[in-house]
Amino acid sequence: MSIAWYLAVSAIVFCTGAFGVMVRRNPLVVLLCLELMLNGANLSLIAFSRMWGNGDGQVLAIIVMTVAACEVCIGLGMIVAIHRRRLPIDVDELRELQG
Amino acid sequence: MSSLLFFIAAIGVIAGAIGVVTLSNPFYSVLALVAHLLSLAVLFLLLRAEFVAAAQVVVYAGAVMVLYVFVVAYVGDEEQSLNGGLTRRPRARSADGRKLSGAVFAGALLVELLIALLGSGLKAVEGNGAPYAPGPRAFGTPAYIGNLLLTRFLLVFEAASLLLLIAAVGGVVLARRRDGLNEEEHDRDRLTPLDILRPHGTGTMVEGVEGLALAHARGTADPEEDGGASRAPVVGGTQASGGGW
Repeated sequence: MSIAWYLAVSAIVFCTGAFGVMVRRNPLVVLLCLELMLNGANLSLIAFSRMWGNGDGQVLAIIVMTVAACEVCIGLGMIVAIHRRRLPIDVDELRELQG
Repeated sequence: MSSLLFFIAAIGVIAGAIGVVTLSNPFYSVLALVAHLLSLAVLFLLLRAEFVAAAQVVVYAGAVMVLYVFVVAYVGDEEQSLNGGLTRRPRARSADGRKLSGAVFAGALLVELLIALLGSGLKAVEGNGAPYAPGPRAFGTPAYIGNLLLTRFLLVFEAASLLLLIAAVGGVVLARRRDGLNEEEHDRDRLTPLDILRPHGTGTMVEGVEGLALAHARGTADPEEDGGASRAPVVGGTQASGGGW
């Protein structure tokens, strides 16, 4: 398969994740959709790495996975803290930082 | 053969992504994401990225998804009760508008990305990629990636490890127990054998920090201090409540 097919799949996955981030209200699902966007970016990184026969893209994909794991850790910690305070688990209701 | 495998895996990837976005129960969304990740690992294998595919399955589908499942089991049943509240009607109407505008923006983004990626006219995008020769240290094997990570990208590697340490500490600090709403008050009433054996004025954190006189001045105060004889609960969280927010 040519590289263009992989790039098309990565674009579709990225846009699906972006749609979910804009539409869903549960912060858990918003985090999952962020993972989708990062995975779409990872797929295109690895496809370009294969295109040039160069390993830099794969290393960058591993670093992206590391950053995604850190983001999940912090995000889930925040969700657990919100749940402990009996606040609603809803990104529309959590507006303390809005000013 | 490889193109058949590509189409099967691509359908799995896109179906998993759509399932994450559309399923209403967060638990099913997590399971759809696991299916998406496994299919994506197949695509990585087709692109000769063996180490990244293995890391994807082990780290993501193994570790991170277990964390998600735990948090969803702890928190996740909130959504149904919140949706059926008093403000259901206006919320449903605004949900439709939000879905429509989200779909418009995501569609525009998709068209733009496809134009940028596929309409670029690059010759290399149409090809099958660089020539590949299998071997023990070939492109994408763990030896190749490890060699890159420990020589050329050493600084990036160390920065990533530092970032992981910071995230672990931050996660513990964020999710630790607080007694902001006095929900763990009964924990302080627990009587241990050490409370009976220990002489007065030794050992508890309040005495160590604020002095014995202050602990007495506060009244009957700690059940730990007087051996559990008076089990009066401590009023308020004035001591040791840390950074309650």
